[in-house]
Amino acid sequence: MVTIGVGVKFEIHDLNIWFGSAHAIRHVNIEIQTNEILSVIGPANSGKTTFLRTLNRLNELYANYNITGEVELEREDIRSIEIGELRRKVGMVFALPLPLPLSIFDNVAYGIKMHDRRGKKELEEKVEETLRQAYLWEEVKDRLSESAFKLSGGQQQRLCIARTLAVGPEVILFDEPCSGLDPISTAKVEDAMVKLKEKFTIVLVTNNVKQAARVGDKTAFFLNGELVELDKTDRIFTAPQDKRTDGYIRGKFG
Amino acid sequence: MRKLKELVIEKLILICGLASIFFVALIFLFLLKEGFAVFKAVNPFNFLFGKSWYPISDPPQLGILPLILGSLLVTLGAAVISIPIGVACAVYIAEVAPAKTKEALKAGIELLAAIPSVVLGFIGMVTLVPLVKSVFHIPTGLTALSGSIMLAFMAMPTIVSIAEDALYSVPKSYKEGAFALGATHWQTIRRVMLPAASSGILAAVMLGLGRVIGETMAVMMITGNAAVIPRSILQPVRTLTATIAAEMGEAVVGSEHYFALFAVGIVLFIISFAVNVTADLFLHKKER
Repeated sequence: MVTIGVGVKFEIHDLNIWFGSAHAIRHVNIEIQTNEILSVIGPANSGKTTFLRTLNRLNELYANYNITGEVELEREDIRSIEIGELRRKVGMVFALPLPLPLSIFDNVAYGIKMHDRRGKKELEEKVEETLRQAYLWEEVKDRLSESAFKLSGGQQQRLCIARTLAVGPEVILFDEPCSGLDPISTAKVEDAMVKLKEKFTIVLVTNNVKQAARVGDKTAFFLNGELVELDKTDRIFTAPQDKRTDGYIRGKFG
Repeated sequence: MRKLKELVIEKLILICGLASIFFVALIFLFLLKEGFAVFKAVNPFNFLFGKSWYPISDPPQLGILPLILGSLLVTLGAAVISIPIGVACAVYIAEVAPAKTKEALKAGIELLAAIPSVVLGFIGMVTLVPLVKSVFHIPTGLTALSGSIMLAFMAMPTIVSIAEDALYSVPKSYKEGAFALGATHWQTIRRVMLPAASSGILAAVMLGLGRVIGETMAVMMITGNAAVIPRSILQPVRTLTATIAAEMGEAVVGSEHYFALFAVGIVLFIISFAVNVTADLFLHKKER
């Protein structure tokens, strides 16, 4: 049972990450509240994507990766959670739409089948429900057996959101989800995010400062691996405490 | 001056390119001309499906069905052995092995590819053949099975290295996408990596089998060379390739036997051509 708007989802304490000798994240402390959208902004190489990938332990695919500090999901160390279970709870949507080379239906069904087995009827219902949540059902309901590559970029991205939702996550990580999309597709994905917040906790990494302003409840500004500032979005954008934040959101650097 | 130089180099390259095509065409024409001569003595149907190959009896009986079946049986056996092992090996190298093991394995596979086939045949003759004989309690170890096992070793390097390439070139993002959904490593390999690399893996298999079909020396040394229709994999067989290699030296130039061997060459050519074209189709499907 998810309690709406109450409680801490992620608690990160003194996080440090190295890739070989490069210090990618420096002494970061963040709390992410349940059912909020946290936007993470910052220039390239600021560590924002690394931070995001820490939350579902995807960085561990790299060989020379080192981490210190604590990352807790609902007060449990994420390293003590079984990794498949962690990634089910903490879903991720990537920058480029990444449909699997399967049909539209199977793209969504893939994750469902992976985590629990159910009957054909139930599976179909679940796929429909999930596609509706991602605001894609109406556009694809007549062509579920077509290859997912035939969808437009925006549709593919929403399909990826549906696929992520299908496994029943609590948190959804978005890694620059609109960087390859046109403004209309972007708006649809943003709409989906705002509505999804009612049920899920969302962390959004974006290069688009205006997008952070539009959808984020809170905004975090990263620079060179440090968390410079974290506050309610309207405060960050109207009265930033740090002049580096001010400079970045005004487009003076980065 | 510069222009002239350009022109000369351009033409030289053109000539080199045309020459290679020209020679292939010549070889092909010669093969066809000599091979088709046999059909004056025996009709194509009887040639392909005739059950007995007695080229020096009088009149000669030129049915190559035993040879075709011999080649197919040995190839099939080699496929059954080399495909699962080869693909599994490629998956291990591409996905599972730590960096050092990976390097060692890849070097080992390349070394395997570098062993001349006659050496493999020789090793097979003194080790594998007695082993097959004693394990199955049969009068001779020179069987289709021995040939299949040996040829599997020869197909393996091709299958492993090309399949590994195919797996390696699957976009990393596919893998991350599957992991991000909570898939285990095995689920990711089976449901995402293998399907995404499937065309490359099929091409690898076809190229490996192409090598097996064309292989001559090793099979000649260890399959027993009996031109009879095989009833089981534990019997001696003779392949198309071994027939040509063994008999061409003795065939009288211009005799039916001589022409028949060329016709066997045509059959072999058609089979390997078909295999290579199939492999090519799969490879290009991947690029699209």
